[in-house]
Amino acid sequence: MTTALFVEQALNGLQMGLMLFLLAAGLTLIFGIMDMINLAHGSLYMIGAYLMAALTQASGSFWLALPIALVATAIIGMLLEISLLRPLYRRDHLSQVLATFGLILISNEVIRIVFGDQALILNPPASLSSAVEVVPGFPYPAFRLAIIAVGLIVAIALFLLINKTRVGMWVRAGASNRDMAMAMGVNVKRLFTGVFGLGAALCALAGAMLGPLLAVQVGMGESILILAFVVIVIGGIGSIRGAFVGALLVGVIDTCGRAFLPVLLRSTTSSAIADAVGPALASILIYALMAAILFWKPQGLFPARG
Amino acid sequence: MNKSIFTALCLLAVTVLPANSAEQLKIGFISTLSGPSAALGIDIRDGFNLALKHAGGKLGGVATEVLIADDQMNPDTGKQLADRMLKKDKVQIVTGIVFSNVLMAAVQPILKAETFYVSPNASPSVLAGAQCSAYFFSVSWPNEAQHEAMGKHVSDKKYKNVYLLAPNYPAGKDALTGFKRFYKGELSGEVYTKLGQLDYAAELAQMRATKPDAVYIFLPGGMGINFIKQFNQAGLSKDTPLFGPGFSADEDIIRAVGEPMLGMFNSSQWGHDFENPQNKKFVADFQKEFARMPTVFASQGYDAAMFIDAAVRDSKGKIEDKAELRKALEAANFKSVRGNFKLNKNHFPIQAYYLREVVKDASGKLTNKTLGTILNDHDDPYAANCTM
Repeated sequence: MTTALFVEQALNGLQMGLMLFLLAAGLTLIFGIMDMINLAHGSLYMIGAYLMAALTQASGSFWLALPIALVATAIIGMLLEISLLRPLYRRDHLSQVLATFGLILISNEVIRIVFGDQALILNPPASLSSAVEVVPGFPYPAFRLAIIAVGLIVAIALFLLINKTRVGMWVRAGASNRDMAMAMGVNVKRLFTGVFGLGAALCALAGAMLGPLLAVQVGMGESILILAFVVIVIGGIGSIRGAFVGALLVGVIDTCGRAFLPVLLRSTTSSAIADAVGPALASILIYALMAAILFWKPQGLFPARG
Repeated sequence: MNKSIFTALCLLAVTVLPANSAEQLKIGFISTLSGPSAALGIDIRDGFNLALKHAGGKLGGVATEVLIADDQMNPDTGKQLADRMLKKDKVQIVTGIVFSNVLMAAVQPILKAETFYVSPNASPSVLAGAQCSAYFFSVSWPNEAQHEAMGKHVSDKKYKNVYLLAPNYPAGKDALTGFKRFYKGELSGEVYTKLGQLDYAAELAQMRATKPDAVYIFLPGGMGINFIKQFNQAGLSKDTPLFGPGFSADEDIIRAVGEPMLGMFNSSQWGHDFENPQNKKFVADFQKEFARMPTVFASQGYDAAMFIDAAVRDSKGKIEDKAELRKALEAANFKSVRGNFKLNKNHFPIQAYYLREVVKDASGKLTNKTLGTILNDHDDPYAANCTM
């Protein structure tokens, strides 16, 4: 029984980690290649989730809404990049933080005006709304399995894109030395817009997959953005591999901490103390991890720049 | 030059405008109106406004202004709003708060300023005992009561090994304390999660491992919607019955979750199928006005306004005379949509709690049906410690 529990919690951690990876991948590329801190990354996640919820309600089909929401969010992201963010690349990080923080406030208000204050409800497709038995006697929610599958497919696709294609080579070149890449004739402008669109689409995908599990609401992007930043700091800025490892670490440690720490504490101290301390301790675990990694590897686990 | 004239005019305007006179009742309404649990605050607000409309915009015959503000389920915001309403708007009565943690932060300045607070929901045990206040009135239910009723029901149904889940905040602790007071069996687990948590994968796995014969949750608003959906997705609903307080199986949750709610037992002091005339009017008009079924929160919002209405009328509109108004509030001389209602000496209700079940009505729509009484004339165990 305890093995089954352990496996289930590991799957939960994997599922959370893969979704974090979708967000962190875009964030780390934008940060690494364009040297741009984009706080509004979480807003794209929110916009993707809202588009998904609205389109699912309008069309009645989750699978029909998904590609439209992805493409629409990618287009919104690219328009944002061309119109607002491009002039910010040469500015210092503080200007970027201020400008993109402003974008968070604006997009939250716009969403509030368009969709209202109340959280929208996005249900998983009916075919995935029950549990399946992975092995006999061990049921697991089908939708969470689907999330894991989608996350893994995207991770592999991104890995191939970055490591095996010409575009990927430009991206890697941009991440390790932007000026040199420009000197070698890479069309940085178009590359930046493309990367930003890709990042936005990944955000929308995360929003669409997490929407049915969490809630589609104003401000949903901010809480998860903090975790995404933790992930890229752990993984090393600009590195997809780092984002992947960092996201899985954060997902598994957070889930296991939440699940096993209170139990562990209960066996050593009184249950009242365990109830009070357990959840609090579990929630700081990932930040302790980040601090430890920064102490021994200040550049993160897989630094993009040598 | 123009600027100084403008400033002078502004200053003049302030002095000319009438000061806040007793001819007008100002009510501060602080509630959670955004985020995943916004539905609760919105229902209380709509219920309150419906009562105000029924009273012709004049509670107790006094022209009433309601200042509505959103606490975003954040205690700090709630406290700031309370401060602003007390100092700037000079409200005479505050009401509206959904969540106990917001209430505990916001209510301190209100009670200190000797301003009345009429609670349409959160009624934490802390304020029922030694720390009770002459200015705090609850027209909902003591934080533990619905859970006590459900604890009794689960015990009566011979469940022996129940798993408990609640958020880690005052009302969560109150809820499970109440449940355990009346539940006689064993606990297979008692887990407190972060308030506002939306993903329950880790807790569900834990739950499956301990094999409870029933699960009891106290998860208001969006937390409950997410939990029940995930509970079903995880396949736990097949052999583990789920119990909850009234609002965990209310019309808003049914709308969001749908079919899996069928057959869920819950406890409440009110049901939309109560036969008394004031309830029939409330339920019919609420549906007409807002095109949805009222929840227990809406009923509490409606009752809060009607409670104030009766007190202001009985005190002959002398809102400034606090002793007079308090006496009128204590009498609770109004017709509650839940039927019998009276206040204990700690200003918390003494009332009955009923068992409800989610069923399909004649038209095939999922809704709650009241089955019978679990506790009659039920009070809270803290009133004895209260001296005002």
